Amino acid sequence: MSGHSLLHEPVGGKLWTRPFKILVFIAAVGGVVMMWRFLAGIGSVAGLTDGYPWGVWIAIDVVVGTALGCGGLAVGLLVYIFNKGRYHPLVRSAVLTSLLGYGLAVIAVTIDLGRFWGLWKVPTHVWRWTHSPQLEVALCVAAYVLVLIVEISPAFFEKWRTSENAALRAFAERGISTMERILVWVIALGLLLPVMHQSSLGTMMLLPATKLNPLWFTPWLPLFFLINCIIIGYAVVVLEATFSAVAFRRQRETAMLASLSKVAAGLSIFWVAFRVIEVAVAGEIGLLATGKGVWFLLEVILLLIGALILLSEQRRASPIWQVRAAMLILLGGCLHRINTYLVAFTPGDNWSYFPRLPELLITFGIIAAELAIYIAIVKTFPILGGAAKSPVRR
Amino acid sequence: MSFDRRSALKILATGGVAAAASSLPAKARAKPEPPPGAMGMLYDTTLCIGCKACVVSCKQANDMPTDPGPFAGEALYDAPLDLNGKTKNVIKLYREGDVRSYSKAQCMHCVDPACAAACMLGSLKKDETTGVVGYDPAYCVGCRYCMMSCPFNVCKFEFDKALPKIVKCELCRHRIQDAAVTNAAGFTRYPAGQGPACCEVCPREAVIYGTRDELLKEAHDRIAANPGKYYEDRVYGETDVGGTQVLYLSHVPFAKIGLPEAGDRGVPHVAYTVQEGIYYKLPFVAPVVLYGVLAAVMIRNRKSGGGGGEGES
Repeated sequence: MSGHSLLHEPVGGKLWTRPFKILVFIAAVGGVVMMWRFLAGIGSVAGLTDGYPWGVWIAIDVVVGTALGCGGLAVGLLVYIFNKGRYHPLVRSAVLTSLLGYGLAVIAVTIDLGRFWGLWKVPTHVWRWTHSPQLEVALCVAAYVLVLIVEISPAFFEKWRTSENAALRAFAERGISTMERILVWVIALGLLLPVMHQSSLGTMMLLPATKLNPLWFTPWLPLFFLINCIIIGYAVVVLEATFSAVAFRRQRETAMLASLSKVAAGLSIFWVAFRVIEVAVAGEIGLLATGKGVWFLLEVILLLIGALILLSEQRRASPIWQVRAAMLILLGGCLHRINTYLVAFTPGDNWSYFPRLPELLITFGIIAAELAIYIAIVKTFPILGGAAKSPVRR
Repeated sequence: MSFDRRSALKILATGGVAAAASSLPAKARAKPEPPPGAMGMLYDTTLCIGCKACVVSCKQANDMPTDPGPFAGEALYDAPLDLNGKTKNVIKLYREGDVRSYSKAQCMHCVDPACAAACMLGSLKKDETTGVVGYDPAYCVGCRYCMMSCPFNVCKFEFDKALPKIVKCELCRHRIQDAAVTNAAGFTRYPAGQGPACCEVCPREAVIYGTRDELLKEAHDRIAANPGKYYEDRVYGETDVGGTQVLYLSHVPFAKIGLPEAGDRGVPHVAYTVQEGIYYKLPFVAPVVLYGVLAAVMIRNRKSGGGGGEGES
């Protein structure tokens, strides 16, 4: 474990740059609107109605947000289960992104919950637990956030073991040796929990059975959601690694990202084929000619184009094509989730939903806070891999 | 490396088969039946004159605020356009050319309620004796999954309150104090003032209450006495969405008065077949097996000295 500080190191540099200030400002605006929501009720800021009780806070902040946090799962599966040690430098930053994605999703849930003050009863009132798929999601997400904190803790211990405070140093040493002992069991939990709740996020939308468009209503939805979150996880890792290499002027990991992209492409093609065949077998292919069919085609085509780009070995080796493909895959993957939770949901002709500005400001604030915290942590703690800084190329 | 991957896949596949095997008995999700004493209502569109006395008495009985609806500026009237956070019962008018019908909306008290299936801590719960789907805010976190799931859009939410609740008809279960008796016509009755307020006030008996069995018999008697009068000679809710305890007779298609033609299966059927199949048929076997398999693969990788298993996070 002593090799850690060579493997990962803080980016360093000035924290209060202009982009960072802008992010903090957007987050602060979201925070003010959030306080208004708690004082005056959900209806005072959100466009939610009795017909559309869930909007962007659930569909984007939670359902997409946790999928963006699946980089840890995606890379973890490769490294620890398929024994691909060469991806190891990506693990720690992927785990950090996961922690932020999930942590912020938990905050978004709390904003969305009408009776948030009773949330503590969900994990504690075991005797009242039902078989609701949402209960499984709630418990597993909460547990996973704790697991992610444990998984990322070595980064903090490594920083603190060089601290001037003797107590903090001792705490860090003890933490590192404890982690060494329990790591297998923690990581296995860190793979199991997202597999459970990401599939259950699909199961959840099977309950509004009469209100979900048949193009999305399929008993395979949990499996689609599971594979989808792993695909999104790979896309996020590619984008994050590339952008932090550019932004923090670090060595690129192009070769590693190329082989990672290959995995993402394979999974995407499998997902698209399965999705289209399932709809055809269910005899609902005719629905593609409807308005909702366009949304279905979009989610499938975005994913497919991204995957096809990556099938070419030449493009796969090029950073710019890696990013383009990852963006398309990310968009298609996230669109499947937004479609399932918003577009495919049809409570009746007399209902409509479009997010209101204050509602969006909260969502933007959450995204900005996530980015700001990421920047602050990678600058301070040993998260990113690759010791050598690349020469400035500008 | 490829050997490693292959054997890892093999182990994972074993785990997958075990998980799948544990979900096989899922097909056997029993169809929920109404409790023997299930209480309900019967609404007949051909009798309703749209006087809305039931809307008023519902608000009084449940101590609900008024909703001026389109007359918001005047704040003189209670004129809700639909069920909402202030309204548990509403009368609407369907009109298409010369065809018209009033329609009453309130909770249907499903035999297999999707709202209760959605609820994490059983805040929404079907009573084991009366089958009434009641709401206990003590365990409600306001997630609104019940509203997402209800096929009739019955569960409503107080969007304008900082400390909101879910609002829905509970068949006036709070009014009952004394035991029910059977009246001369064979219907189960509570003493005056203790039954569902909408039924007690209705001047035309367009909506009546009783046990589900009594009401089903009455509905079929009406159909038999007036063949062709009612849409498809059918009682809505006898089998629809797994059966409901509030039943409808209508002279216009049910879909026109807000009752979806959604088949005879309970709304939670597919979601619960999947969820209970994976997690509850063999309680938590699938996740525990998967956890063991994941840990085993990692320990094995670590021993074989592969790059990934050397214990780093």
